Amino acid sequence: MPIEVLMPALSPTMEKGNLSKWLKKEGDSVKSGDIIAEIETDKATMEVEAADEGTLGKILIPAGTADVAVNTPIAVILSEGEKASDIKNAKLAASFETPAEASAKAGVSKGEGGQSKAPDAPAPQAAADPDIPDGTEMMSMTMREALRDAMAEEMRRDTDVFVMGEEVAEYQGAYKVTQGLLQEFGGKRVIDTPITEHGFAGLGVGAALAGLKPIVEFMTFNFAMQAMDQLINSAAKTLYMSGGQMGCSIVFRGPNGVAARVAAQHSQDYSAWFSHIPGLKVIAPSNAADAKGLLKAAIRDPNPVIFLENEILYGHSSPVPKLDDFVLPIGKAKIVRAGNDVTIVAWSMGMDYALKAAEELSKDGIAAEVIDLRTLKPMDTDTIIASVQKTGRAVTVEEGWAQSGVGAEIAARIMEKAFDYLDAPVARVSGKDVPMPYAANLEKLALPSVAEVVAAAKAVCYR
Amino acid sequence: MAVAQKNPNANAKEPASLAVPDFSKEQDLSAYRSMLTIRRFEEKAGQMYGMGLIGGFCHLYIGQEAVVVGMQMVLKDGDQVITGYRDHGHMLACGMDAKGVMAELTGRAHGYSKGKGGSMHMFSVDKGFFGGHGIVGAQVPIGTGLAFANQYRGNDRITLTYFGDGAANQGQVYESFNMASLWKLPVIYVIENNRYAMGTEITRASAEVNLSRRGLSFNIPGEQVDGMDVRAVKAAGDKAAAWCRAGKGPFILEMLTYRYRGHSMSDPAKYRTREEVDKVRTMHDPIDMARHRILEKKFANEDGLKKIDAAVRDLINDAAEFATHDPEPDVSELYTDIYR
Ligand SMILES: Cc1ncc(C[n+]2csc(CCOP(=O)(O)OP(=O)(O)O)c2C)c(N)n1
Ligand SMILES: [Mg+2]
Repeated sequence: MPIEVLMPALSPTMEKGNLSKWLKKEGDSVKSGDIIAEIETDKATMEVEAADEGTLGKILIPAGTADVAVNTPIAVILSEGEKASDIKNAKLAASFETPAEASAKAGVSKGEGGQSKAPDAPAPQAAADPDIPDGTEMMSMTMREALRDAMAEEMRRDTDVFVMGEEVAEYQGAYKVTQGLLQEFGGKRVIDTPITEHGFAGLGVGAALAGLKPIVEFMTFNFAMQAMDQLINSAAKTLYMSGGQMGCSIVFRGPNGVAARVAAQHSQDYSAWFSHIPGLKVIAPSNAADAKGLLKAAIRDPNPVIFLENEILYGHSSPVPKLDDFVLPIGKAKIVRAGNDVTIVAWSMGMDYALKAAEELSKDGIAAEVIDLRTLKPMDTDTIIASVQKTGRAVTVEEGWAQSGVGAEIAARIMEKAFDYLDAPVARVSGKDVPMPYAANLEKLALPSVAEVVAAAKAVCYR
Repeated sequence: MAVAQKNPNANAKEPASLAVPDFSKEQDLSAYRSMLTIRRFEEKAGQMYGMGLIGGFCHLYIGQEAVVVGMQMVLKDGDQVITGYRDHGHMLACGMDAKGVMAELTGRAHGYSKGKGGSMHMFSVDKGFFGGHGIVGAQVPIGTGLAFANQYRGNDRITLTYFGDGAANQGQVYESFNMASLWKLPVIYVIENNRYAMGTEITRASAEVNLSRRGLSFNIPGEQVDGMDVRAVKAAGDKAAAWCRAGKGPFILEMLTYRYRGHSMSDPAKYRTREEVDKVRTMHDPIDMARHRILEKKFANEDGLKKIDAAVRDLINDAAEFATHDPEPDVSELYTDIYR
């Protein structure tokens, strides 16, 4: 069957080119790999190679033709035994079909209204928190202990779970979160790494692609910046890039956010950074129970999870239900304090400011509803919207910077979904737009404060 | 003289102490004074941390003084220095003012970074000191870039890029080695091997513990040096500097040294024994050794040394006094220095 040679594209953006020269004449025999013509664009010149063997049966586009569209047939190659006269009647072998034509034939839907429009993103689904049976004993423990217990329980449950990071084993964790794990699980499953974040994060991803379930501790998330490429380009995207074949069940955890007096390179909130990335889940608990239930969920989750802890909160104690297997749903916010006047949305350390501010506000007769986001991605928009529909006012609190921050995202969602309910613009309380200063007085000013949350709440209440 | 530590690598030769050239009277006395200044400064910083005057991380250099003092003796005007967060000694060796360094530690207005940087982040354009970096290993490509600029400008300057045994495992170190050797950049990589990275002893983190060999596959020559002997440091530094200034490219000096204090101020120190620390302290202390040498060679008598000790103490007390009474930065400084 005669074979058409098509005008090739030299680059992904090329739409047409000039056929400058034919190097073979009609009737010449060609082998696969022979250069038969030259084409050029404003950017480059390229040689056209024959991909088939036979005789150059007919040149369809003469040399010197300008602006030949990509995929236009430029010549026909005849196989052995075929004659030029076969060309006219033959159904051409290399008949070209665009991807769109192929899709249409196969009945692939074009999206709404027949236009090539992206379908709506699926709404995230999250179960409610599990019921805690009446009479369950509550144990007061620090966030540090809760996190350790979560890891220990999951490691007992699943031998594929292991912990890796700097100083996690013999030193018992730079912030003592992995205390006792080496003693219980041994050096095979609790692994001290060299200081080589990009390397061990990538190694973790590889181990996860092979089916293990690494918990990778960053001594602090400031050092995860060394590993950013593996977190974003490998961990987050591989499932999608492999068409769903290969994902990684991996947890990257460690203290995030502002610590005390350690200056610009060691004191920063990365909440917004990670919650920008499709393919990652991002969790940032504010108390021991959430830390435990969510870390257990994160370890079981088949996706890469960024688990943002907080150095200052490690030592805070709060009640944790004494249950054999206490797991919380990822993606579910929690109303921690109910109120009708203003919604305050926070997470992690921000909850500390939010709850103290709510207490202050109550003295002035303002009842704030405080929502602990707990998971930043996927974000539980429904809980926020339902609250704002009730209160008509919202304040977000974060230690990170305002621009492109999580608060900015919350404000945008409220605007999109509850615009008509708003009685005031959403207010954001955030870290100041400066690198973290070392000096005690400047550091205090750079951080959000309870007073700022109170002032923002009063402002949106016009009080 | 014996090396300060047993090198865990069996292949490592003990540095040839016999070959260590003697110092002149002036050199020995000046090195002694510089090392002592650093020691006393760090002791004072430790005390002030305990009093709550210094916050956050504070990494003391006690034990390692001979390294920066010896290397500084190699440098000429215009040469540059860059290091990590254990940087107080480097700054004092570069000639930065003890008052300004101490006031930065206390986060005050007349600290080198106006109080905004703290212990880990100080700089001095005047003295060629480029920081003061908190991210382990990040100073290595930056130091390589300083050397690139020297080569680009065609001057005779060299750059000392300091980093630790722990930092030596970061990938960007090797990316830097490759470029530095490929482009023959005038940089001396000074690896301060104090045997520990926080609580991790070098053999638990490094496949090759002879760090002077880490440049082999990039064709960068390297030497192990007794980093507790300021004369050995200076001699090795001279050789490396001559190599760099001759346009032959980078050089690696692995300084075998030891830190006496914890990694930072809060360090449970369970990873090594008290005896191990005491042994180095009593047998290989760089300052004691210099002191004995000075007395033995009669470069000074006890009285002479006491005078130096007193002068150093005064200098440090003044610095502490200054750093305690200097005001905090004005709040208007919050938004300055972000752009220029
Ligand atoms: C990228 C990065 N990871 C981890 C840390 C935390 N950290 C600070 S110092 C240190 C140990 C470094 O040891 P070494 O390089 O031997 O230098 P030394 O402290 O002994 O001078 C670690 C792990 C950091 N600052 N940066
Ligand atoms: Mg070290």
